[in-house]
Amino acid sequence: MTNTIIEFKNVTKQYDNDSPVLDHVSFEIERGKFYTLLGPSGCGKTTILRLIAGFTEASVGDIYFDGKKMNDVPANKRQVNTVFQDYALFPHLNVFENVAFGLRIKKLKESVIKQKVQEALTFVNLAGYENREIREMSGGQRQRVAIARAIVNEPEVILLDEPLSALDLKLRTEMQYELRELQRRLGITFIFVTHDQEEALAMSDEIFVLNRGKIQQSGTPIDIYDEPINRFVADFIGESNIVEGRMIEDYLVEFVGGRFECVDQGLNPNEAVEIVIRPEDLEITTKERGKLKVKVDSQLFRGVHYEISCYDEDQNEWLVHSTKKANVGDEIGLYFDPEAIHVMRFGESEADFDRRLEAYDHGDAHEQ
Amino acid sequence: MNNKVTRNLYLLPYVLWIVLFVIAPIILVLYYSFFDVDGNFSFINYKTFFTPVYLQMTFSSFWYAFLITVMSLLVAYPTAYLLTKTKHKQLWLLLIIVPSWINLLLKAYAFIGIFGQQGFANAFLEAVGIGKQEILFTDFSFIFVSVYIFIPFMILPIFNSLNELNPTLLDAANDLGASKWTSFRRVIFPLTIDGVKAGCQVVFIPSLSLFMLTRLIAGNRVITLGTAIEQHFLVTRDWGMGATIAVFLIIIMVLIMTITGSRKKGV
Repeated sequence: MTNTIIEFKNVTKQYDNDSPVLDHVSFEIERGKFYTLLGPSGCGKTTILRLIAGFTEASVGDIYFDGKKMNDVPANKRQVNTVFQDYALFPHLNVFENVAFGLRIKKLKESVIKQKVQEALTFVNLAGYENREIREMSGGQRQRVAIARAIVNEPEVILLDEPLSALDLKLRTEMQYELRELQRRLGITFIFVTHDQEEALAMSDEIFVLNRGKIQQSGTPIDIYDEPINRFVADFIGESNIVEGRMIEDYLVEFVGGRFECVDQGLNPNEAVEIVIRPEDLEITTKERGKLKVKVDSQLFRGVHYEISCYDEDQNEWLVHSTKKANVGDEIGLYFDPEAIHVMRFGESEADFDRRLEAYDHGDAHEQ
Repeated sequence: MNNKVTRNLYLLPYVLWIVLFVIAPIILVLYYSFFDVDGNFSFINYKTFFTPVYLQMTFSSFWYAFLITVMSLLVAYPTAYLLTKTKHKQLWLLLIIVPSWINLLLKAYAFIGIFGQQGFANAFLEAVGIGKQEILFTDFSFIFVSVYIFIPFMILPIFNSLNELNPTLLDAANDLGASKWTSFRRVIFPLTIDGVKAGCQVVFIPSLSLFMLTRLIAGNRVITLGTAIEQHFLVTRDWGMGATIAVFLIIIMVLIMTITGSRKKGV
């Protein structure tokens, strides 16, 4: 038995003659992991969720659940449950009846229902709230009722559609921990949709970054943060400095008028590329010691660090995250390690990209 | 201080209206109900009301109002539901409401034309081979025309409550395993019950005292409390008895309002 629970094969979703919402998307979802679909609004992430839940049908392509084709199975017969963005709790039912809704449809015995609902509510720390009306619950509590209502049915997969977006920052951070913890305790698959990259990085085992109906990149949070495949991913996940450059030869790249040692190889000589350097990988130093010479333009205090915006002679902006303070107007140097340079090829497919990165690992192994 | 004066000034027309056209008439009705036909103070009217003739009339008023309400609801709910699914729902709604802007009498006369011996309905029945029927002056025509007249008032509140229903709630019900019918029974209907109640109120209460249609369409075969009031005031000149029936109608209406009164649940 494979570990795959959901598989999309070449799925396209298109309304009328508009450009497709999902464009030939294929992926596999494994049992028991926390997945995040991440992307800007309109990228197709919610459509994937609705396709899995069965609220909408694919125009082209097949969806498999546990190896069985699911395209024609109606939503109410699928082994998945959803936590909706606005929670969609039934306002005419109290907390107990909301959670019991799915069990009552299955016509379970009253005693069984009671026991399961109690368990689910205890699981989300809401024991004792059974008889409350939904309108008497706070945002965070409603969120938990919605989760309890989903898990009480013991589905194989739980779909979460931006469930934290309506909460304030502090509660949202708390719920991130709780959701992650919940998923570990339940051991079932969570598919979480969000446009918040921090949320995605913090919670997921695996992230799918989507844009314009296509999966741009998939991988662990660390993979995606450290090795973005293209400008979109680099820009969307975290802060980035992105400049155009040229690969002179293996391990040597040219950008903003200088040549720098890097760890990338296997590209064509003189190939045009894009360079990403994360703001926290830039180090402030003196003009003489720096690899780049820049002028400090503005500075914001962000609590953990200063966010310093600098410009080089060609008016490229360089964002620096530093615990050291700089003075606005000063000319300073920026230093970075060869490993800090991440080289992106134009129009590289995810498969090619993965192959290239794998080759580096082998290369490293040879040198050591 | 000044604010208070202007506010009271604004209230004046409203208060005047309430006093002149709501409170005063009710007091007058109550007052007249305590006088017999010769103008002597007595409780005879109240005694008379509890005789079989009037109880029968009350019962038949209720029965017809009930039938009209149920029929209207049966037609209006699916219609309102379909309306919320259409593309130009406001336009369709307008088309349904338009007939309610036309005077009731005009519509009643139109139905006399349609249901009469020489009318369109009988012409049709003859053409399909059933032959001429007595349609006018039957219970059927009375209920049919009443339902026709009240339907827009039933559709409107139900449409509004269906329209306000959050569509994700249906996804949620579906997601939790509910079939279409279960979703309707467990989610849609309970959440639109306020609209249904409001619709039933605006249909049932006026139906209790219908009298124009009882004469024009039902040919006085159907006698309701409304007919009785009209007869007492205009024909028998027994204002006291007419007022007494009105008092009971008012009591019944208040009772119905209280029973079907909706408790608003906010989310």
